[in-house]
Amino acid sequence: MTAPIETDVVLIGAGPIGLFAVFELGLLDLKCHLIDILDRPGGQCTELYPEKPIYDIPGLPIVTGQELVNRLLEQIKPFDPQFHFGEMATSLEKLPDGRWKLKTDAGTEIIAPAVVVAAGAGSFQPKRPPVPGIEHFENAGDGVGVHYAVRKMETFRGKNILIAGGGDSALDWVINLAPLAKSMTLVHHRDGFRAAQHSVNQMRELEAAGKVKFHVASVKAIHGEPGKMTGVTLAGHDKSEWQHETDAFLPFFGLTIKLGPIAEFGINLHENLIPVDTARFESQTPGIFAIGDINSYTGKLKLILSGFHEAALMAQAAFQICKPNEKLRFQYTTSSSNLQKKLGVS
Amino acid sequence: MKIHAIDRQGKEHTLEGRDGWSVMEILRDGGLDIAAECGGACACATCHVYVNDGWFDKLPKPSEAEIDMLDMALAVEPNSRLSCQVICSDTTDGIKVTVAPE
Repeated sequence: MTAPIETDVVLIGAGPIGLFAVFELGLLDLKCHLIDILDRPGGQCTELYPEKPIYDIPGLPIVTGQELVNRLLEQIKPFDPQFHFGEMATSLEKLPDGRWKLKTDAGTEIIAPAVVVAAGAGSFQPKRPPVPGIEHFENAGDGVGVHYAVRKMETFRGKNILIAGGGDSALDWVINLAPLAKSMTLVHHRDGFRAAQHSVNQMRELEAAGKVKFHVASVKAIHGEPGKMTGVTLAGHDKSEWQHETDAFLPFFGLTIKLGPIAEFGINLHENLIPVDTARFESQTPGIFAIGDINSYTGKLKLILSGFHEAALMAQAAFQICKPNEKLRFQYTTSSSNLQKKLGVS
Repeated sequence: MKIHAIDRQGKEHTLEGRDGWSVMEILRDGGLDIAAECGGACACATCHVYVNDGWFDKLPKPSEAEIDMLDMALAVEPNSRLSCQVICSDTTDGIKVTVAPE
């Protein structure tokens, strides 16, 4: 067990608002650690619409989600933020000295006087097909039951595998797991795929070679005792239904956003949002701030530019908590040689 | 122009459409439980609806991008659409949709 990390501010969420918060906190000499369940920075901007243009960022008449995130990363580079990607914040505990200890599902522990929730609408999680009782077949063990990700391919060796979906993940796993599976079946709602063409070609070759069975169908029911799946009911578009025996069922329909464990942190929530005051952007729990789409206040607009403003005001309040004995002096980056030194430009 | 929408609890709502707005925006502003995570960019498939009673064929055909994105929706049926890509106009007056399961 490694020792907990100690820092000034821990941010939950590395989307555009979390990233800009690093800048505003950095100008005040506050060091940051960021946790994000995704494997890269940018949140919705890079996960949902990396190529889509955004038109309402002040000073940038047109910028894609990915470009905006790249620019934010460049802007905060002088402050050397520490990222913990692929981790979900799972618990938050107040320590006797008044600081907070945040734990992640990867075992990381971070202690900081201030916590900033910049989690957007929550954490990205795999979409769960609306099949009755599907949750009883999740976490059933290696290579059996319902899985939304493949951690170790070996665990699926010799199994009968059913994959559902038509995107890159679905096809990549059909192609990668087919050689070691006992049988491989793919179901999708149409005879067409949004995946990369070379993946589609590879899948078609495997199908022609008899190594993959493909059906235009969807999973309607799962059979077996909880934890012990035996098979599924498949339904075609003509409503015909048939039974299909399988050891493993792997649905790949991308990600959706769920609030997740933040709801268990003891922070006051209203309709899955964190009410804040508009001077400090602090939740009703002192030391825990909320900025961006996750917060709510009178007049709230879910815009990136609003989140930037919220980050700036939050930073001032967080400074008072992190450095209670220091006086905060307001300075402009245009004229302060002190700030320019921090930014590495003077 | 009206939109008749059935929510996930099976309750029917009659909403006032707005010319040029997407059906997703009308459903969301009408308080229906529809995630529309990407805000209407045809990038998340969480505004999935079924278009009922023959209205599917009266709508302009879905774009390639929408058909692709429907691959990320759950429980897709032949009358599935992403409601952010269905634009209100005089020709959609009276359209009937059902919010797809989450």
